[in-house]
Amino acid sequence: MHRDSERHKLFTRRALMLAGGKTVLLSVLAGRMYYLQVVESERYVTLADENRINLRLLPPPRGRIVDRHARPMADNQQNYRVVIIPEQAQDVERTLDRLSLIVSLSPGERRRILREVKRKRAFVPITVRENLDWREVARIEVNTPDLPGVLIDVGQSRNYKSGPETAHVLGYVASVSEKELTGDPLLELPGFRIGKAGVEKVYDLALRGSGGSSQVEVNALGRVIRELNRQEGQPGTEVRLTIDRDLQNYIANYLGNESASVVVMDVHSGEVLALVSSPSFDPNSFNKGLSQAEWESLISNPRAPLTNKSIAGQYAPGSTFKPAVALAALDKGVITPETKVHCGGSTKLGNTEFHCWKKGGHGPLDLRGAIEHSCDVYFYEVARRTGIDRIGAMARRFGFGDQLGLDLPGEKSGLVPDNKWKMGAIGSPWQLGETLIAGIGQGYILTTPLQLAVMTARLANGGRAVKPRLTTDQFSPEGVQPYPTDEAESLGLPPDHLSIVLKGMEDVVNAPTGTAYRSRIKEPEWRMAGKTGTVQVRRISKAERETGVLKNKDLPWEERDHALFVGYAPFDKPRFAISVVVEHGGGGSSTAAPIARDILRETQRLAAKHDVSNPVEEQEI
Amino acid sequence: MYSHDGLLSQPKFSIGQKLLHLHWLYVILLTITASIGFAMLYSAAGGDFDPWASRQMMRFGIGVLGMIVVAITDIRVWLRYAYGFYFIVLALLVAVEVAGFVGMGAQRWISFGIFNVQPSELMKVAMVLALARYFHGGSIEDVGRIFYLVPPLVMVVVPAVLIIRQPDLGTTLMLVLASVAIFFAAGVRMWKFMLAGAVGLISAPVAWFTILRDYQKQRILTFINPETDTLGSGYHIIQSKIALGSGGMFGKGFMQGTQSHLNFLPEKQTDFIFTMLAEEFGLVGGLTLIALYVLLLAYGFIIAMSSRNHFGRLVGIGVTVTFFLYIFINIAMVMGLIPVVGVPLPLVSYGGTAMLTLLFGFGLLLSVHIHRDITIGRRDSGDEF
Repeated sequence: MHRDSERHKLFTRRALMLAGGKTVLLSVLAGRMYYLQVVESERYVTLADENRINLRLLPPPRGRIVDRHARPMADNQQNYRVVIIPEQAQDVERTLDRLSLIVSLSPGERRRILREVKRKRAFVPITVRENLDWREVARIEVNTPDLPGVLIDVGQSRNYKSGPETAHVLGYVASVSEKELTGDPLLELPGFRIGKAGVEKVYDLALRGSGGSSQVEVNALGRVIRELNRQEGQPGTEVRLTIDRDLQNYIANYLGNESASVVVMDVHSGEVLALVSSPSFDPNSFNKGLSQAEWESLISNPRAPLTNKSIAGQYAPGSTFKPAVALAALDKGVITPETKVHCGGSTKLGNTEFHCWKKGGHGPLDLRGAIEHSCDVYFYEVARRTGIDRIGAMARRFGFGDQLGLDLPGEKSGLVPDNKWKMGAIGSPWQLGETLIAGIGQGYILTTPLQLAVMTARLANGGRAVKPRLTTDQFSPEGVQPYPTDEAESLGLPPDHLSIVLKGMEDVVNAPTGTAYRSRIKEPEWRMAGKTGTVQVRRISKAERETGVLKNKDLPWEERDHALFVGYAPFDKPRFAISVVVEHGGGGSSTAAPIARDILRETQRLAAKHDVSNPVEEQEI
Repeated sequence: MYSHDGLLSQPKFSIGQKLLHLHWLYVILLTITASIGFAMLYSAAGGDFDPWASRQMMRFGIGVLGMIVVAITDIRVWLRYAYGFYFIVLALLVAVEVAGFVGMGAQRWISFGIFNVQPSELMKVAMVLALARYFHGGSIEDVGRIFYLVPPLVMVVVPAVLIIRQPDLGTTLMLVLASVAIFFAAGVRMWKFMLAGAVGLISAPVAWFTILRDYQKQRILTFINPETDTLGSGYHIIQSKIALGSGGMFGKGFMQGTQSHLNFLPEKQTDFIFTMLAEEFGLVGGLTLIALYVLLLAYGFIIAMSSRNHFGRLVGIGVTVTFFLYIFINIAMVMGLIPVVGVPLPLVSYGGTAMLTLLFGFGLLLSVHIHRDITIGRRDSGDEF
């Protein structure tokens, strides 16, 4: 047994060494635990949270756009979708069979759904059909017990109450394109829409609001377990326009498919009551997605339905420009209201003969008569005396030749030509003959219908530099506040100059010999004043003039004259200004003036109605 | 004290006396440790005894009864049948090579009607018994002789080769390391271990190209740099470290482990259950479990050292070392210290085979304790029992 005790001693020694080794190894484990759970813990807590917490953005509802009387023009519609959750449906095919009794499913749609079911995780809802109507929603809801895993999901889509009538003002929304990404995570949400044109674009940030977020806990497969935290977003701000919805619709329907533009504005505040460009397009279909064929037909249409002619159409103003020329001449002192010019039907400059629109001429006319009759020879002479620089300067005071800063994208500046411009753009010096042509608003000069309306407003409001605007409130980074109500600053025109021109414009409509007498408004408190304009879009050759100028109705559409009219009402207490441009519409007095009459009458009728109902504003939702 | 000479003075106990002498404190510690496992399995199932906790409790209950039967069986019986048991298990190992069915990508089970047996697990116990018996019969001089070491080396190498071919790296590692510990405790000279170690280092590259399967190589590579493969093999280690680290000092609370309950943690009820414990109960919880293990290990060493027969001492040390290896390999693995080799956490991880192996081993350890005062001669093979 001595040997065994020796063996025992050796064993004990070795066993203690083993125990010691184990103690060391276990200490290593404990040390490692300490390192992971205490020293590095914070880092791992973050990693664990990153694992389990997903941040989901909640898109804010887009702000409504309402008209001046708070009636909705653009709002959000519930968009009902039916979705299927494969995991809950179990037998997807059978559920789809039952569902197809309520919403018809084409074989193609069915294939897409089954493909998605295969590709996605079983708890991810798959859209079966969007834009369900109420009947379908109700029938699905009633049949829920027979449709396991089938749910109705509600989204929001933009809805324009009047589609084409307001499309050029409101614009439309569509999916965000790659280059529009700004880093705002909202923009990266699938299905998120932003304003692409019109008010939707200009006030996009205000209308958009700010997104909320929802923190959800997910498991390793990405399935949402529960919501941890929810931060509600800020819904988009409501934008109130100066547009009168009824008037806008009235004008749009009035113009129909005519290639035309009408702008109606308040002469004192600059509020635009209606801004119509026709033909138009349906923004609701832009929102849903346009087919290739629809798109092709829109862009190939010669009447340019996608162009907002009110701000982007540039036309020679024709005779509607004459009031500005008259004021430039009075300002320079080259004429007085009493100055008479004899019109014999044409005037000569060098070898060139400049014709009046009236063959045979008007005889002797003073300023008021020249405006009333829109005599071209009178204004050739006045323009020659005034010079292009002074005419241009006056034109700019009335808002021509530059953007007016209306809150719509795509506003064109038009063109007020002078010597410097011509040298730069064409490379030859200004000719005196061109001054004469400019005197009757033809030649190089280009204006937009909006500029014509603003000119008229500035004439009618006593010569104040009113600026057009589309919203009742100013949107700035500091917040939203109403525009100040002060009158716009004066253009510095002598009142007697202005009043003689306005008298002429009254006579245009109200004197039996005026060019627009047939289009007068007969209600005494609504009577309008104005100026007609007819713009040639082709050159009339000498041969044609001798054989007799072709009538518009005998010409192809694109060679007919543009018909223009600018006006304001009531003429004794001006409140509204209008410009009407009908492309290739024929004569200003025959085509444009009656349109202006009807619209100004409607404008005043609607205004009277709302004036009476004030201060209790009607709220139509 | 009993005298040291002759069989006449050997103490003899009735079954009742043996039960009285059972190391009850050890049994209680085992039960406490296993109960921590039950709680974790309850949590892993999302607050349900189904499917894991209840079955694990049942197994433990039956296993403890079996353990007590093993414990009160005379140590000399185990000495006597040590080789027989070893060869039966070896035969089973060969059988899985031939007839075993493929499960989990590795042939490990052999079916005996209603339940499957994993011979490699049983081999852990059989090896301890066989080596203990072999060295029990050798004098110090014997152990010093090189040729004396050949038979036990063959006894280790043959099953090790069979198991690594299955392939099961974890079990092979444990088997070899436990055997080394028994060789060491038996008194094999230090320089021989160093020589073996040197040979092992040289042959490691050879093993890399011949024995190791691709997935085993991948595990080792992944271990070296887990971040390179965040969705593949490295995923387990990374998620396990995140779970552990995010548990912090006091943990997230029972059933509140986000990594575990949201399934970021793989195999949370088996190999990675320690991670779940440390996530829910923090450093404090993890160290508590380790402390329990340390107590069990310490008692194991004391039992081994206080036995008056060499067989008992070697069995005691073999069981204790095997137990330690389970603990160390598993915890080191889930903490990213060693590659993922698939070793469960003893008494805590869900699983029948490991539980039965361990309780069998603890039964032997308790038997060593009950029969600590029995002396057995070197040449004595326990034949009288």
